[in-house]
Amino acid sequence: MTHRQAFYLSRRQVMRGLLAASALGVAKFGAGCTSVNSNATGGKGEPLTVGFIYVGPKDDYGYSQAHALGAAAIAKIPGIRVVEEANVAETNAVQETMRSMINLDGATVIFPTSFGYFDPHVLAVAKEFPKVQFFHAGGLYQEGVHPNNVGSYFGYIDEAQYIAGIVAGHATQSNKLGFVAAKPIPQVLRNINSFTLGARSVNPTVKTQVIFTGEWSEPVKEAETTNSMADQGVDVVTCHVDSPKVIMETAEKRGIYCSGYHADQASLAPKGYLTGAEWDWSSIYTQYAQELLADKTLMDDSIPHLLRGGLSSQFCKLSPYGAAVTAKAKADAEAAKQRLLSNEVAIYKGEIKDNTGKVQIQAQQEMKQQAIELEKMNWLVEGVDGKVTG
Amino acid sequence: MMVKHWRKTLEAICIPIGALLVALVLFGGFCAIAGANPFGVYSSIYRAAFGTWSSFQNTLIRAAPLMLSSLCTALPARLGLVIIGNEGAIVIGGLSAVAVGLFLDGSAPTIVQIGMALGGIVAGGLWIALVGALRHYRAVNETISSLLLNYIAIAILNQLVSGVMRDPSSLNKPSTYPIGMASMLGTLPGTRVHYGLLFGIVACGLAYLLIQRTTFGFAARIAGGNLRAARIAGLPVGKLTMAICFLGGACAGLAGMVEVAAVHGRANESLNANYGYGGVLVAFVARHNPLAAVLVSVLLGGILASSGILQRSHNLPDATALVFQGLVFLVVLYSESLYGKFEMFKERSAIAPSVA
Repeated sequence: MTHRQAFYLSRRQVMRGLLAASALGVAKFGAGCTSVNSNATGGKGEPLTVGFIYVGPKDDYGYSQAHALGAAAIAKIPGIRVVEEANVAETNAVQETMRSMINLDGATVIFPTSFGYFDPHVLAVAKEFPKVQFFHAGGLYQEGVHPNNVGSYFGYIDEAQYIAGIVAGHATQSNKLGFVAAKPIPQVLRNINSFTLGARSVNPTVKTQVIFTGEWSEPVKEAETTNSMADQGVDVVTCHVDSPKVIMETAEKRGIYCSGYHADQASLAPKGYLTGAEWDWSSIYTQYAQELLADKTLMDDSIPHLLRGGLSSQFCKLSPYGAAVTAKAKADAEAAKQRLLSNEVAIYKGEIKDNTGKVQIQAQQEMKQQAIELEKMNWLVEGVDGKVTG
Repeated sequence: MMVKHWRKTLEAICIPIGALLVALVLFGGFCAIAGANPFGVYSSIYRAAFGTWSSFQNTLIRAAPLMLSSLCTALPARLGLVIIGNEGAIVIGGLSAVAVGLFLDGSAPTIVQIGMALGGIVAGGLWIALVGALRHYRAVNETISSLLLNYIAIAILNQLVSGVMRDPSSLNKPSTYPIGMASMLGTLPGTRVHYGLLFGIVACGLAYLLIQRTTFGFAARIAGGNLRAARIAGLPVGKLTMAICFLGGACAGLAGMVEVAAVHGRANESLNANYGYGGVLVAFVARHNPLAAVLVSVLLGGILASSGILQRSHNLPDATALVFQGLVFLVVLYSESLYGKFEMFKERSAIAPSVA
């Protein structure tokens, strides 16, 4: 049966395809294949070709979309030509993509945007092409260990999560927040802790329930998790997975609030979307693009090899507040944002206990965003329901 | 006899090629609807997959793991088993290879590599032999059990990599300790293609000889054709099942070892990169013929290699290569039903006497 169906479908498609193919073939005859989103070249002759590589689809409402928005922003700058490839696995496939961008498209700058591309893939290709510059999202560069045509950048997005936590702490009625997380790794734990600290700074009775799905992209499990959280009385969910799409949609369907991550998901949950911790890659990539156009390079150290920052250096931002956010919540959130922007307070200021009762940060001790201990975080803060071991 | 043989061979060549052409035309239609010039797309695919030596290496790099992985489905298929546990066997093989590699740390690179290969082969083999045992002794459906074992394998990988086997310095991408540059498999001379390609071609060749030219293969094919007849003839069906499942799993396990030893240098979540499911497709399209699997792997490798150029030069969505892959496999599988339907491929000797 299925074979027959496939056949009939195919036949119709053959006809349609043939017609369209011949029509287009005539119309576009001789046009060739030069439809890359190239832009007008600036004052110089040759545009600078910049390759962007994403681990997921460009429209995932998440990690890859955030980077693609940044790429789209610099594609508008005269003198920059952007080539992009999405859904590239963290295997030798990404090495082949980089080689192909360099050899076939003439890319001289590559942005491999997934964390897992770095070692061994970016390092291997960077050694092969010492004149091409590689900017990796992950902050993994080590002076003297890695090739000098490699740069790395990453943001302290947990600052935005802290503020989103404040908004969530105001919005919750049940005092139960939910956090759908991929893996219990330091970056994710830090977001969970900052979100919870933010919420408890305005509402000390709040508890955050965390569930680890185990994978970066597992839509079915993410939806199930969100549903079970809603069943247990959680009324605000947020997340750290590659694509928050189904989590936001499920929350909206269940009539609870949600707080976004990576990119703006307001359109997925028009009623319940409070705010969200977003990357602001357009600002970072524009900054890099201007340096590159000014003929600065990583190789002569005129572009720093390591670039990190938070809200104040425009690595991240908050989604516009949703309709459900009260004036009081907005005021508290904005006040906290100002304090973080001025770098006068740290989120991790003692005394902070973990959820087993152990003191992790001593009273009087303050850990600023760059503190190396925070990069190795392996605990969940008091008020979080969940275990690091999953 | 000769005439019949000749026509059958021609049929076996013409139908797949015809199917491929139909798939290309269908895909051209899809591209046209998506707003790209189909002829430009065809030439780009050719350029990106086979056009230059450099791009052909890209194709071969992607084809290498598929060859080994496809045998995990193709070999048991000869015994009538539909096994899709390739992904799990790759993951378990890779994990075991890392464990052996780290255990032998400090030995000569050749020793480490042989140890890792054996580790991958044995672990992958036992993993799929377990499926065979469940099938033979407990009558558990092998397709379902092998599919479910994939999830268990991935869960074991995640558990070990973020637990006892974790290198504490791998903060945000939990991984095992690296096996060290010295122990890594190199590339074939004059290319950037790793030794996995050679392993794949040799394994497919051996599998072909085993199935077509040995008594073991003959026995397996008999059991695959008619289980009862095989039992009545006194063939050890249980042993055959276990052995062929072990061999299939061993090939996938070796693919896992190659991923570790030639690509990543350690085990982490990247080990689970869909080569298993790709291998299932290859095996089915190759009609479980190991030699055809080599060619189909190269074809699929080429499709994967062209994915980038479709996005970068034609502004097609990233799923385009998947659409192409899906169309090719759908049409090729459909074409299976056409065998024996064309007059020109039918044996004449049978008709001739009735006419005379």
